[in-house]
Amino acid sequence: MGRRVAIVGVGHSKYGYRNDVSLAELAWESIKQALNDAGIGQEDIDYVVYGNVGVWSSEPLPAVVINEYAGLTPRGTVRVEAACATGSAAIKLGHDIVASGEADIVLVVGVEKMNESPTPTVVELIGRAGNYFWEFENFGLTFPGYYALYATAYMARYGATEEDLCKVAVKNHYYASMNPKAHFPRQITLEQCMQSRYIAWPLKLFDCSPITDGSAAVILASEEIARKLTDTPVWIKAIGTASDTSNISRRPDFLLRRGVMEAARMAYKKAGIDPENPARYLDAAEVHDAFTIAEILTYEELGFAKPGEGYKLIREGQTYIGGLIPVNVSGGLKAKGHPLGATGVGMAVELTKQLRGEADKGRQVPVKNGMAVANNVGGTGHYAYVMIYSLQP
Amino acid sequence: MSQKKQMEEYMKQVEAFVEEVKKSTGLPIVPDQRTGAALWFDQRELSIRYTISVERIRKFFEGLAEGKVYATKCKHCGATYFPPQADCPKCRRGDMEWIEITGEGELLTYTIIYTKPASFAHYPDYTVGIARFPQGVNVLAWVRETDPKKLRVGMKVRLEVVRRQPENYLTYELVPVDEQG
Repeated sequence: MGRRVAIVGVGHSKYGYRNDVSLAELAWESIKQALNDAGIGQEDIDYVVYGNVGVWSSEPLPAVVINEYAGLTPRGTVRVEAACATGSAAIKLGHDIVASGEADIVLVVGVEKMNESPTPTVVELIGRAGNYFWEFENFGLTFPGYYALYATAYMARYGATEEDLCKVAVKNHYYASMNPKAHFPRQITLEQCMQSRYIAWPLKLFDCSPITDGSAAVILASEEIARKLTDTPVWIKAIGTASDTSNISRRPDFLLRRGVMEAARMAYKKAGIDPENPARYLDAAEVHDAFTIAEILTYEELGFAKPGEGYKLIREGQTYIGGLIPVNVSGGLKAKGHPLGATGVGMAVELTKQLRGEADKGRQVPVKNGMAVANNVGGTGHYAYVMIYSLQP
Repeated sequence: MSQKKQMEEYMKQVEAFVEEVKKSTGLPIVPDQRTGAALWFDQRELSIRYTISVERIRKFFEGLAEGKVYATKCKHCGATYFPPQADCPKCRRGDMEWIEITGEGELLTYTIIYTKPASFAHYPDYTVGIARFPQGVNVLAWVRETDPKKLRVGMKVRLEVVRRQPENYLTYELVPVDEQG
């Protein structure tokens, strides 16, 4: 049991096609906001963790390049990778450094500039991140393809339809339309989604998150420092982490991901949340909807619905504000965007603002319990992170 | 036009445009087509091909040459692995035997890939499926059927070693079993 750790400052760039800025400029947008929000200077930061998957962007050592640009040299730094869960892995590392007493204030930055490479190359590089030799080299799986494997199995067993999947996209675009930081701040109709072209059957263009550039930053502090810096620290109440096989063929089931369930179990236990009825403890959830089927699977894996009944939640509108639990009122990865390294940090920024009551008009959730959950998944479930953020330590 | 041709055409056009711009301005800076933002067109190209050791599972590839697809099975604890592993992490002994994956498998799930990765852009649309075989292993591979109406979860498939064209190397596919015949 280490020291308690709180978020005392947050920053979030506009997500989108950000060819107007370099990688370091993009990171600086959120670093600057986070420093201002916490009311501290670069000299107060003890250590900096960068979440960045890279490869598609040109700088191979982004941590030092950004540290230099942001006036953070000679602070110690590291770059962290956990595929699409990279941002959450960066937060976990930052958290653990503060919790251990090794540092008092740690800056965690998630940043990704995916559009420095052409789209077919990005599709290739992501596809290679399943299991390279056994799944990509000969069979060319893409990430929409991997998630389509889940969707096919799920629809065949439970009778969910392509319309059910599209309803997730419609919800997430609805909330993104009120989020000026979103990649696609606009609504879509069910018909638009249903009529969009197949990317990997049965997933269509509007079932898939976009290729996004963006950054997000959080400043983590020990309890003593946090209480000096702010009246509204948002505590990292619990972190659950787990993994699953690299080869998707070795999963015992394509309907529930063991890693996500295990991460949720760990996080709920640490936070004192009843896993049978977690929605009662939580005001909001930000979940990994890189593809619409992923959000439906996550409803079940996080315990909001029983196995096989996740699609009913979106059919009934239970994951809108006012329903059982609001999910992805930021717009989610689907419509807010999915800059891999930034995604998990962006979730932390979103939930901090929600808990502080500072979210955009029309998409602020009622804060009753003062607790929220973020679920960030890397790969096809390879890396799983579940974080509980709370107004109470 | 194939996705590969489209990509190549596009890149050729971009490169030709950059060359023109360099002639007149001396700099490889072009306006972004969507936003007009100034973009430096990288003058260094990176191309990578890896060499990957298959020494300890060499037998698997020898099997393909004989038309067989092998899994490994631990002689000590009986754990079966596909893709084949040279080491058994369960009992840490690593004394493996090779067993052939035969018979009819059951298709567990599938997808048809329409938007392809760059290095697969020269292929027609392809189906990827996962099937469970009587030996207790799952195999992920292309399925020889790209019409979604003719595919279903639970259908029977068998494994077949094929020569992948145009590269002309051995790999394996899942072939739907004709239930009438």
